[in-house]
Order: sequence, then structure tokens, then C-alpha cells
Amino acid sequence: MPSLGSDMESGRLVEWLVAPGDRVNRGDVIAVVETQKGAIEIESFDAGIVHELTAPMNEDLPVGTPLAVILAEGEEPPAGPTAPTATAEPAPETEPVAEPERPAPVAEPERPAPAVPVAASPPAQPDAIRPASPAARKRAGELGVDLTGVSGTGPGGAIVLADVERAAPTAPRPAPNPVEEMRKAIAAAMTRAKRTIPHYYLSETLDVDPAMRFLEERNADKPPTERVLLGALFVRATVLAAAKVKEMNGHYTEESGFAPSKEVNPGVAIALRGGGLVAPALADAVNMTLEETMSGMRDLVSRARAGRLRASEMTRGTITISSLGETGAEAMTGVIFPPQVALVGLGAPHLRPWIVDGAIVPRHVVTLTLSADHRVSDGRRAARFISEFETALKTPEAL
Amino acid sequence: MTPEDLRRLFLEELSRIAPDIDPATVADDDHIQDDLELDSMDVLNLVSALHEKLGVDIPEADYPQIATPRLAAAYLAARTGEA
Repeated sequence: MPSLGSDMESGRLVEWLVAPGDRVNRGDVIAVVETQKGAIEIESFDAGIVHELTAPMNEDLPVGTPLAVILAEGEEPPAGPTAPTATAEPAPETEPVAEPERPAPVAEPERPAPAVPVAASPPAQPDAIRPASPAARKRAGELGVDLTGVSGTGPGGAIVLADVERAAPTAPRPAPNPVEEMRKAIAAAMTRAKRTIPHYYLSETLDVDPAMRFLEERNADKPPTERVLLGALFVRATVLAAAKVKEMNGHYTEESGFAPSKEVNPGVAIALRGGGLVAPALADAVNMTLEETMSGMRDLVSRARAGRLRASEMTRGTITISSLGETGAEAMTGVIFPPQVALVGLGAPHLRPWIVDGAIVPRHVVTLTLSADHRVSDGRRAARFISEFETALKTPEAL
Repeated sequence: MTPEDLRRLFLEELSRIAPDIDPATVADDDHIQDDLELDSMDVLNLVSALHEKLGVDIPEADYPQIATPRLAAAYLAARTGEA
């Protein structure tokens, strides 16, 4: 169970997208995990053949719990027991979590009693005749499914978890309230940020008329799929500024201090309806064109809405951009998302009197507020960042 | 397509863009940004979907005319020649 953020302690495996025998490459999506920040796709850390899926479904698994065994080309399966007892997982290395690795076979306290009273009977009464995976037995116990009536689709006709789920009349897993879970995750991350990061802030109001005019002309004869939004220009400008002012781009940890990142991976804050916020990141955005940036952002927003963000997108961000969009308040002073060290907050464009060449003219302006980490940088570097951002935005055609 | 068909199609595409919105709960005069909290990227995705489904290319200047299901049905009807 990978960590998908500094505040994550556990996740719940809800879907496997591979089966034993499948070949996977590093980075392939292999499973879906339910976290406080919604469903996240987990990518493989290694290439090879899936030997065994070891983690049980629909249980809270501490960060660090092994999920599957993947064998490299030519690698022998590990000696010792296979499937039936492979659930004896080693304790996670990094998380000294006190709770038992394998929950006792009783209903977990937070789960309301299922409607079917039979579920209260002891789970997993062994069925000597029908082979079934441990996870399937446990789930059958939870759901009150009699294994004798279930046909197995696993090796040798063994009953696997999916067979049990299929056989259950309804399988209403009482999910935690997603909005509450999201609030808890945000509370943990933001409290930690405010407690540990000595924030400081610099603001500048920028004339965005040139950028808006550029987009208006550019988008006029483009079909919707090729249109670019102001937010994409902001992300490009942030990326170019972060590439030049390295103290704003990277991760800070208590153990090793600040590690500037070679790549600029801009995290894009996306507000979710019903409450909550995610900030998945584009990867290595310096060499992206404006169009590629826009297309990457659209993809992130669509997948954030559909609950299909990937684990790497949740953790690789090196700087965050939070924009209030096209309408709303004129300025925002944001909280840095740890372990990052800077956040660019952008208010909505407002029409204001502005002085251009000595004359007062109406202009659309946006207030940028840079939140930065005083352990890593000082005001002068933040000012430099804002200046680079402004310069980039003045020539939108070069973005 | 009748305006009613267009309204239904608009709501279908809306809920595809924003799967957390139940079309049955959307009122005809709900504003897609103010009430349903679509952001500018969602609106662009919605406009792209309508373009693909109906062949109607909605320019940015016309976005206010699809701001509610009622407005959108009328606008799309006019643009598809059904008004």
C-alpha cells in the first residue's frame, strides 16, 4: 500500500486490474485503492509477471502493506507458502501502527450491522470440499454467503473474492462518508502545513489583458477540444518561473531538509463538488507546449471528477497552483501542501482602472499571491519568482 | 431532435462530465457554474461533448446561452435548426 500523501495512514483495496500471470510494466495501473481523497489508481513499482495478489480486498490496509508479488523475468517464486497462507504479511516497515495487521474476524466497529443477520455468525467456516481463497472466505463470512452454492472461477475452480461478491445478494459495503473522509485528510495535511511550515507571502497584481486577448484570438476559430483556458497560461508561467527559481520547486522533509526537484511537476488544485480539494500533478512540465499543458490539465480534471487519479499524480507535485477561476474573489493566500515549499494562489480576473503609458485605462487584473516556505527561501527569491511569472505572462504566445 | 430531447442530452452530457451530479436533481434554471459548481474546465469539456454529439460548435461568446438546462435546450434547438 503506497503512501499517497504525507497524511495518509491506510487505504482500502477495492479493485484489482490485473490477475496472476499477467505481465506488467513499471507504471502500469494495477489496482484501485479507496483513500480519504477518493479512489486512486495504483501503479506497479516494478516490471514482471504478477505471481500473486496477497492483500485482502475491502479492508483498511496500513501504508506499507504488501499488495502483490511480482516476479522479474526468470525470477523464481519466493520459497515457502503460497496463496493459502500468504496473508501472513510482514508488518509495514515505516508505520509503527498499533492496530492488528489482520483484523479479527468480527465486524469492524465502524461498520453498521448488515441487514442480513446471518452475517453475525462467525465468518469463514471452512468448507473442506470447495477450495476458496482466504479473502473469499472472509468476505463470504461478512456477507453471509454460503460457499457451497458459489461457483469458483479461480485456479482449479477455487472460489475467489470476485465470485463471492457476485454471489452476494447485495454487497453493500458501508463506505465511510467520502466528504467527511476528505475533510479529515485536508485537515491533517493543512494542520501539519501550518504547524511546521513557516509561511511567508508576497503578492502582485498583474495585468492579464494581453493574455486574455491572446486566448480570445487563438480560441476564436478553434473547436472546443483545442481551446485553451487562462488557467493553462498560469500553469505554464508557474512552471517556467519554478524552473528558474529552484527554491520554490521541490520537497522539504525534516530528515533531509530541502531537496530541489530537477523536474517541475505542477500540482493543479481542483475543487470537488460537495466539498474537498485534490491537487494532482502534471509530470515534468517544463518541456510541454501550452497545448500539452492544457490537455494534461483537462485530463486531470476529468479523472478527478471520475475518481480515477493515479497514485503518482497525487505525490509527485513539486509546486501547487490554486486558481479561483474566472469569477469569484480577487485574491487568495493559500496554505502550502507539504512536503512542497511553495503555492501560487491566483484570484479571479477583475476589471480595474489601470495605468498604461501614463493613461488610466480599464484592464483585467489578477492578483497573484505566492506562499513560500521560510526554511527554504526569503522574500527576495519569492519576488524573483513573481517577476519571472509576470514576464512569462506578458508574452503569452511564447508560452 | 425536440427541445426536450436536447434538454435530456444536455443533462446526460453534464452528468458524464460531472458524474457526481444526478441529472434527476437538476432544475431547469440551475446555473451550471453558480448552482452546479462546474468550473471553466468542466464547461469546456461539456461544450466539447455537445460539439461531438450534435456537431454544434459553441463559441466562447455563447457560453452564457447554455448556462442553464432551459437556456441550453433553446440554444441547441436554434443551432440545430429545430426551433
